[in-house]
Amino acid sequence: MSIKLENINFFYSPDNAFKKHALKDINLEIEQGEFVGIIGHTGSGKSTLIQHFNGLLKPTSGHLYYDNSNIFDNAYHLKKLREKVGLVFQYPEHQLFETTVLKDVCFGPKNQGLDEKSCIERAGEALKLVGLKEKYWDKSPFEISGGQKRRAAIAGVLAMRPEVLILDEPTAGLDPRGKNDILNQIKKLYQETKITIILVSHSMEDIAKYANRLIVMNQGSIYFDDTPRNIFKRYKELEAIGLAAPQVTYIMDRLRRKGFDVSLDAITIEEAKEEILKFLGRDK
Amino acid sequence: MLREITIGQYYPENSVIHKLDPRVKLLGTVVFIIMIFTINNIGGYILTALALAGAIKLSKVPLKYMLKGLKAIFFILMFTSVLNIFFTPGTVVFEYKFIKVTQEGIGLAVKIAVRLIFLIMGSSVMTLTTTPNHLTDGLEKSLSPLKKIKIPVHEISMMMSIALRFIPILLEETDKIMKAQQARGADFETGNIFRRAKSLIPILIPLIISSFRRANDLAMAMEARCYHGGEGRTKMKPLKYYRYDYMAYLIIFLYIAGIILLNNITLW
Repeated sequence: MSIKLENINFFYSPDNAFKKHALKDINLEIEQGEFVGIIGHTGSGKSTLIQHFNGLLKPTSGHLYYDNSNIFDNAYHLKKLREKVGLVFQYPEHQLFETTVLKDVCFGPKNQGLDEKSCIERAGEALKLVGLKEKYWDKSPFEISGGQKRRAAIAGVLAMRPEVLILDEPTAGLDPRGKNDILNQIKKLYQETKITIILVSHSMEDIAKYANRLIVMNQGSIYFDDTPRNIFKRYKELEAIGLAAPQVTYIMDRLRRKGFDVSLDAITIEEAKEEILKFLGRDK
Repeated sequence: MLREITIGQYYPENSVIHKLDPRVKLLGTVVFIIMIFTINNIGGYILTALALAGAIKLSKVPLKYMLKGLKAIFFILMFTSVLNIFFTPGTVVFEYKFIKVTQEGIGLAVKIAVRLIFLIMGSSVMTLTTTPNHLTDGLEKSLSPLKKIKIPVHEISMMMSIALRFIPILLEETDKIMKAQQARGADFETGNIFRRAKSLIPILIPLIISSFRRANDLAMAMEARCYHGGEGRTKMKPLKYYRYDYMAYLIIFLYIAGIILLNNITLW
């Protein structure tokens, strides 16, 4: 169960003045059970890249394999792929349309051809996963709050029980609490089910906290592909392409330059705390 | 798929047509459309085709791009042509059971098809070479005498510019929603007509809601910037005629004269 991209190139509007080389020769392999973070400047090709993973966009050239089969083969069933590779778009709450939250979450399973009972069962399970309380299930998706709409929309994809879950900035525009809730639930889901998670984010802190692999996109190419720890150490290069490292990295860097012997390995606040306490010669 | 509809989309290029005053282009387009429907012989069609070809050439917009706009009206074109071919009474050239094809029918179908193509291409030249802002500026200025009889010209042109501006936005939005629903396993391509119509619900509802949301946001943003209609509003770049514009007016005048002349001599 891996996603493998070979020499993927993608052009928007290939035959007129708006032609744009959005992906340049992408080679990438994502294994089962990874938690991959994708960062990049606006317009660097992140969203274009993830729409290839479930075949919504067809590359201008190159091959894409899921489970070792070429997804753009004529015989390949793209609809089946989309059940296995769940994609949550940016602002997913804009796609809600049913009369109740529960019915909307059922839309995915229903398209999979399941009977009503199992649809509702899966929808309920997904709604619980995203932490949406039962009292909201029979409400209209248009009368609940923004954060709850977001959860309902994410549940809509989770209800299909994907093997790979792709999230395009799932926390954009949410308050800090809603943001943490959603990310923690995703993490919990990841730890419990070991599905592959691909998270597009602008927050270095979130990436540092959750991802175990980081892909940095720059102008349609993969700039870095390594662990977050290794990449954030090279924050000068990240800054050169309009990105940055988590704030704690800068604190540790300053401390180091002031002569405190702390390691730059710390990328989350927790790790930084440990590191500083260790330096001070104190345990917790 | 949806990106291919070019009506209302500006194509950036640096050409004489792009630089023309929007009032000239508006008048030119209106004249062109009126003339298309007055043509009564082959000479007029040839002159119109030449005028259109000249304008397209000068605009530097690739012909391929312009022809793409025709795809959108392909079905209307086929529909009207078929209706005309089969239901126009006259000299029968082909008959099979209840189907009758008449000479007049074929003639009419060709005429209507050519006129429709000219119509779309002609107005595409204007919309592709003029930004929506520029276009409504031109419209407002051209219609400003109507303010005297209490017609809210500014408001109408503002509404028009907003409507034009929203076409590409809504297309993009539709594309996004379609993809999001496809990611949830929606299928828009198979099934009978009822199934397909039903499969549009998951696209249309979010689309209508987002249109309202956008309209609301826009109204709010306009009010936040103290928009209060046309009263006392000045322009950052007032429209001004240059030498090219006068030349274009002359060409439009010559075109009208040419069509009137050709309409009054019999060629076929």
